[in-house]
Amino acid sequence: MAKVLVVTSGKGGVGKTTSTAALGAALAQSGQSVVVIDFDVGLRNLDLVLGAERRVVYDLINVVQGEAKLSQALIRDKRVETLSLLAASQTRDKDALTEEGVGRIIAELREKFDWVICDSPAGIERGAALAMRFADVAVVVTNPEVSSVRDSDRIIGLLDSKTLRAENGERMEKHLLITRFDPAREMRGEMLKTEDVLEILSIPLLGVIPESEEVLRASNVGSPVTLNAPTSAPGRAYMDAAKRLKGEVVAMTVPTERRAGLFSKIFRRAA
Amino acid sequence: MNLLSFFQRRRGSAPIARDRLQMLLAHERAALGQRDLVAVLREEILAVIAKHVRVDQDKVRVKMDRRNAISTLEVDIEIETGTGQTRLALAG
Ligand SMILES: Nc1ncnc2c1ncn2[C@@H]1O[C@H](COP(=O)(O)OP(=O)(O)OP(=O)(O)O)[C@@H](O)[C@H]1O
Ligand SMILES: [Mg+2]
Repeated sequence: MAKVLVVTSGKGGVGKTTSTAALGAALAQSGQSVVVIDFDVGLRNLDLVLGAERRVVYDLINVVQGEAKLSQALIRDKRVETLSLLAASQTRDKDALTEEGVGRIIAELREKFDWVICDSPAGIERGAALAMRFADVAVVVTNPEVSSVRDSDRIIGLLDSKTLRAENGERMEKHLLITRFDPAREMRGEMLKTEDVLEILSIPLLGVIPESEEVLRASNVGSPVTLNAPTSAPGRAYMDAAKRLKGEVVAMTVPTERRAGLFSKIFRRAA
Repeated sequence: MNLLSFFQRRRGSAPIARDRLQMLLAHERAALGQRDLVAVLREEILAVIAKHVRVDQDKVRVKMDRRNAISTLEVDIEIETGTGQTRLALAG
């Protein structure tokens, strides 16, 4: 049965689009069929991170408005054939996204894919609300920093009250993904500790993605980090997170780059 | 630099960030209304029932309906018994 997953955060620039691309690609690399949807109308970026920017003909709003069929708008990845993209519109108004239209498209995608991953825009307005509306699972992307943690807390509240699942009294599965983590700064007490963020937000940990140049390099060349540098620290961390999403138990480690091959164990507990 | 800020500098500023967040969020959650009361109830009700019978996480529905005069809490759980499935529904 298909799972609809929203990647959300409240705060902007914390790594939602990077994480959508990396988790989507990692799940697809493991043989699952995956579609990633960009909900950031007017500020689309997922196409660029996936290197598909020149192949976008129709987008989410075209499909919502009935101007294109879903099959015409889906862009299949050239490297991983089980990965597809539904791009956001760059020119249209975000009010063109209707709840009814998004619901219809997600229902249709559920029939075709194992995973439907929605890349939420920042904020808590219409785009973010619709990205989470039909989700079964949420990945809350958080940087170990005060304003990001506060916004994540707000988003968790919305996931538990404004999603269809919450309204129907069903469980909304939520996972915390800490990104742009810098172990040296955590050690020096300059950055919130992972345990503190976990304690404050109290949702299970999906993974810790280190701050890394590999992420920038991957987006420069338009390839998710799990494809472009699967053995790099962020590549491995995203691969592990994708396994946990599938329900596999993987020991929680923060891969580091400084000493290749050495994993610094911070948590025994699996998410 | 006074002595306090000297020690804070040595410990790093992260513990201050944690304390400020804890205070702030306790406040904000209260102000926004019991943030996920239904989610909390769901987990706890499930834990109690799971002590005695096997239940599937996804077969539990907890619904809260808030009206002016009365609020209702609806709990609907499918329980696996040896012979088949039983449904437990509570409303109040
Ligand atoms: N682990 C990381 N290491 C280094 N840079 C990172 C990491 N994660 C994300 N970034 C960088 O941070 C920036 C923002 O990332 P991204 O676009 O994924 O965030 P976002 O949450 O989708 O932003 P928005 O809210 O604007 O949609 C990008 O330049 C990205 O390359
Ligand atoms: Mg983004």
